Amino acid sequence: MATRDDRTGNIVLEQVTQRFPLPREDREFTAVQDASFEIGGGEFVSIVGPSGCGKSTLLGLIAGLVPVTAGRITLDGRPVDGVNPRLGFVFQRDALLPWKTVAQNVGLPLLFRGVDAAAARARVADWIARIGLTGFEGYHPYQLSGGMRKRVALAMTMVYEPEIVLMDEPFGALDVQTRNLMENDLLEIWTQFRRTVVFVTHDLEEAIALSDRIVVMTASPGRVKAVYTITLPRPRSVTEIRFHPDFGRLYETIWKDLKDEVRLGYERSQKGLPG
Amino acid sequence: MATSGVKKVSRAEIRVWRAVLLGGFLLLWEVATRRAWVDPFFVSQPTALAVQIAGWIRSGFIFRHLFVTMEETIIGFLLGTLLGVAVGFLFAHWETLAQIFDPLMVALNAMPRVVLAPLFILWFGLGLLSKVVMVISLVFFVVFFSTYTGLREVDRDLVNNARILGANPRHMIRHVLLPSALTWIFSSLRTSVGFALIGAVVGEYLGSHEGMGYVISYAESMFNATGVLAGLLVLMAAVIVIDVALKRLDARFSYWKPVAK
Repeated sequence: MATRDDRTGNIVLEQVTQRFPLPREDREFTAVQDASFEIGGGEFVSIVGPSGCGKSTLLGLIAGLVPVTAGRITLDGRPVDGVNPRLGFVFQRDALLPWKTVAQNVGLPLLFRGVDAAAARARVADWIARIGLTGFEGYHPYQLSGGMRKRVALAMTMVYEPEIVLMDEPFGALDVQTRNLMENDLLEIWTQFRRTVVFVTHDLEEAIALSDRIVVMTASPGRVKAVYTITLPRPRSVTEIRFHPDFGRLYETIWKDLKDEVRLGYERSQKGLPG
Repeated sequence: MATSGVKKVSRAEIRVWRAVLLGGFLLLWEVATRRAWVDPFFVSQPTALAVQIAGWIRSGFIFRHLFVTMEETIIGFLLGTLLGVAVGFLFAHWETLAQIFDPLMVALNAMPRVVLAPLFILWFGLGLLSKVVMVISLVFFVVFFSTYTGLREVDRDLVNNARILGANPRHMIRHVLLPSALTWIFSSLRTSVGFALIGAVVGEYLGSHEGMGYVISYAESMFNATGVLAGLLVLMAAVIVIDVALKRLDARFSYWKPVAK
């Protein structure tokens, strides 16, 4: 596979604000407020924050699924207007089409892009082999475990080699062992392809183990509270990097920032406020 | 243990019980009419029914009428389904349209359409057309509502994922929306086919010169209970055949679903 030009795949958010009208209430809910940060091409950035702080909303905005209320998002200098074909998105719940087989699901983006059938078949076979599901091509999603479905979702996104991959708590529903395996696989793929990854999670350990930088969001309305650079050496193994002497120190520093927001977010959710 | 100690009855045993019950019922019916406990003029008699149906089959009389009924049912069912799916897609796509027509659809659906049959016969005559219209009016709403619900209930993540993967509107309909709606349409298929047959038979019953509805109506006008019941039995057999076929068809289209057991 070709190595890529490091200057592409950067994302710039400038004063991004997102508001939703609340149905049956005569007011708006602000999900994201004046968020500004930059992500360089090929960088692995995690966004952490309490539940309902607008992390997922932010991904939807970058993906162009929802237009921003105010502010500006640019990908490689071009403002986002609508869904960008150079971008990939791995959803929290795997969004595989249940009526299609593993091979058909992985090949779907190539079909949509009009890649000719023979070339598409080769790329699909290559990715199915990479995720270790050779032999499962004809299976339907319901026949696979959660971890396998996640792998298929990952292959479905990577098969068209998007320059930017957005991931919305992709491993949240997996058990710890499967999750660590998937995280290591993800790091391996990332090291090989060097695509920009924006990874949303509520798990600080996961964020530290994976990322170059971490964006900490406040409780809703979500603002950027702080951005941390993770200096841990690469290549990393998510299971072993936790024993690195700097890991605990980083965790403590970032958690100090995060815990007030988590408490605030929790208290608000107890009062039944939106978000 | 009392709760988990329930013995599982084998399929063969269940079949035997069914046969015993049916046989017992027929026997009781036969004996009751022969001993004049009840008057066979009103309730007919199993042997008389058998003779009647055998006669119909031998002369080929019943096949002509069954064919007419099936023709009306199938044509009406196909057109009604097509129309229901099309309007369902239209309304799911243009929310405003759905909002404007919502009260009308609900009102039309609530109206007992069987009562409209005489009007349809008046408008479209005694032949095929009035029955087909009757069937469409019944099938359309079942299919429309399930298509519309199916499309509105499509998983948002699936749609967003397809958009990001590069689906154009045609891809979206073919690979995401239609298969998703199909599961809903199929789940209502057995209901809508049942409705289709009811529509055709009621239409024939009220005004026609052929078809199973006509056979039953004619027998009734002759005070021939045997004819009425034999007609019903033939219809019942047809329904069972259709139902088995539909179950098979559904299984073919649900290959991607876990077996619900």
